[in-house]
Amino acid sequence: MDFEKLKRFSADIRIWTIRTIAEAGFGHIGGSASIADVLAVLYGGMMNIDPSDPNKEDRDWFVLSKGHCAPALYAALALKGYFPMEWLKTLNKGGTSLPSHADKLRVPGVDMSTGSLGQGISAAVGIALANRMQGRDSWTYCIVGDGECNEGQVWEACEAAAHLNLDHFILFLDWNKKQLDGKLEAICNPGDFVEKFSAFGLDTEVVVGYDVKSIWEAIECAKNKPGKPHCIILDTVKGIGVNFAEEEEFNHYMTFDVAKGEESIAEIERRLAAGTYPGGDL
Amino acid sequence: MIKIRDTFEMDTKEMRAVYGEALGEAADKNEKVVVISCDLCGSMGLRGFAKEHAAQSINIGIQEANACSMAGGMSAAGMVPFFNTFSVFATRRAYDQIFMSCAYPKLNVKIVGGDAGVTATSNGGTHMPFEDIGIMRVMPNVTIFEPSDAVMLRDLLNQMAETYGVQYIRFSRKNTLKIYEEGSTFEIGKGVIVREGKDATIITCGILVAEALKAADALAAEGIEARVFDMFTIKPIDRDLIMDSIAKTGAIVTAENHQIIGGLASAVSEVIAEEGIGVPMEKIGVQGIFGEVGDQDYLLDRFHLSAPYIADAVKRAVSKKK
Repeated sequence: MDFEKLKRFSADIRIWTIRTIAEAGFGHIGGSASIADVLAVLYGGMMNIDPSDPNKEDRDWFVLSKGHCAPALYAALALKGYFPMEWLKTLNKGGTSLPSHADKLRVPGVDMSTGSLGQGISAAVGIALANRMQGRDSWTYCIVGDGECNEGQVWEACEAAAHLNLDHFILFLDWNKKQLDGKLEAICNPGDFVEKFSAFGLDTEVVVGYDVKSIWEAIECAKNKPGKPHCIILDTVKGIGVNFAEEEEFNHYMTFDVAKGEESIAEIERRLAAGTYPGGDL
Repeated sequence: MIKIRDTFEMDTKEMRAVYGEALGEAADKNEKVVVISCDLCGSMGLRGFAKEHAAQSINIGIQEANACSMAGGMSAAGMVPFFNTFSVFATRRAYDQIFMSCAYPKLNVKIVGGDAGVTATSNGGTHMPFEDIGIMRVMPNVTIFEPSDAVMLRDLLNQMAETYGVQYIRFSRKNTLKIYEEGSTFEIGKGVIVREGKDATIITCGILVAEALKAADALAAEGIEARVFDMFTIKPIDRDLIMDSIAKTGAIVTAENHQIIGGLASAVSEVIAEEGIGVPMEKIGVQGIFGEVGDQDYLLDRFHLSAPYIADAVKRAVSKKK
C-alpha cells in the first residue's frame, strides 16, 4: 500500500469536508476531521467496494454510527466517484441529496441511515450477522464516537457481537476525547475504553488515530485474528487537521465561512509540504 | 377467500402456538426469514421454532434496543427479520430504534408484539400496552395489524414475510374465540364484515371482535341489528368500508383493547371528520388510565371493554340517530 497516497486522500477528505461545511455555513467539523484518516484507509483501498455498483453483493459494508459526521463520509464517497462532487455544495440545503446525518436512501454508498446515537453499531452488527448467514465473506466496518459510548445501546451491541463471534466485524472508536459539551471526563467519565471493550468481548487495540499506516496495519492484524469481533481505538484529537477547529475548545459544531475554510485548507497543504500533516504542532 | 364460522367457540390452540407454526411456515418458504428474540422465546411460543429452525432463530437476550436496530441492519443486508417480544417492549421501549433503524430508511422489518392490551393479564400495568397502536400509527412507513383469531394470525404472518416494509402486529398469546374457518385468507387494508346489521356498526379488532359479536347477539334479542366490522388492518385504515358502514347503518361504535386516544377510535374519527359527515359515534376503549393485574374477563369489565358495555354503546349511538 502507498501510504503517502492514502495520506493525500485523507487530506482531500478533510479539504472537501471543510468546503462542504463552509458552503452550508455551519456543521459538525470537529468529529468529521478526526475520522478523515480512518475513512481514507477504508475507502482508499481497504474495503472491497465498487463506486459504480454501490450495492454489489459481496462488498464490504460501512456504518457511520456517529451519523452527524456524515460530511466527512460524503467527501470520501464523492472523491471515490459515488456521486458528483457538485453535490457537496448542497449539504443541508432544501431538497439536497446530502442531509446532515448519513442517509442510505438519498446517498449512493451509504450503507445505513444513522443519526440517533447508539443505533448504527447495532445495525452494523446486524449487517455482519446477515452477511455471515448468507455465506458472504464481507467485512463490516463501523465508527462510533467516544461521546456516543454514553449510550447503553453501544454496549448491548458489543455484547451481542461478541456472543455471536462476529469476527468479520471491525469497530473503530473515534477517541477524540471531546463530546458536544466538553471533555468526556467532565460530562460522564467513560473510564478505560480498552478495558471496557475488552471486557465486552472485543479484540481491542489502540492506534494513533491520525496515522493512516497505523490504522491500515491494525486492520490487517485484526483480520488475521479469527473468533472475535474487533475494536480499533483511534487515539486522536477532535478537529485535527483543521487549524481553526483544533484551537477551539467547543469544536463539535462550528460556524465558518468559505474564506476561513480556504485558509485552513492552505494550512493543510503547508503541513503536508512540511511533513507535519495532519496535526501540525499538536 | 374469507369464511366466517357459524358458531363461535374457543380455540383449543393458543395464539402463540399458531404464531410459532406460522413463522415455521414462513421460514420454510423463505430462507431469508430470521426471527430475533429477546429472552422471551418460551413466552412467545417459539421454543419449537428455535429448535427446528435454529439457523433462522437468534436469541440476543434482554436488549430490545440493540435487537431492533440489528433487525434493521439485517434487513439492509437482505434478510427478512421478525423482531419479536411483548408489545410494550417491541414498541414503547424500542420506539426510536423502529424509527431510526427500520422505518426512516424504509427497511423490511417485522415488529411482533405479544400480549395486546388486557391480554397481558397478571403481568399487569407495566406490561399492558394500551398506547402501542397510537405511537406506531403516527410513524410513517408502518403498517399495523391486530388479528382477531388464530386463522387470521397465521395468514397475516405469512403475508408479512412476503410483503416488503415495516409492519407491526399485536395479538394475544393465549386462546381466542374462533371467528374464521381454517384456510381463510385476508387482504391487507380491507376490513371484514363478520356480521351484517342495519342499525349501527361496531368497528373493532383483535379480541374485541368476539366481544362485539356477543354484544350483537344480545342486541338482536332487543331488536337492534348491529353490523360487526373487523378492522384488522388499523393502518392503512379501510376508509371505503367505514363510509359504506355509515351509509348502511348510520351509527358507529368503535371498540378497541387500547386507549381511545391514538388508536382505532382516532383513526375512524379522522375518516369521518375528513369526509365532512356527521354521524353518531361512541368509543369503547381505555379511558386515559394505566392497566393493572387481573384475569382477562375481569380486565375486560374493569376497563369497560366487554360485550355489555359495547351493547350499551350501540344503544346510545342508535338513540342519537335522527
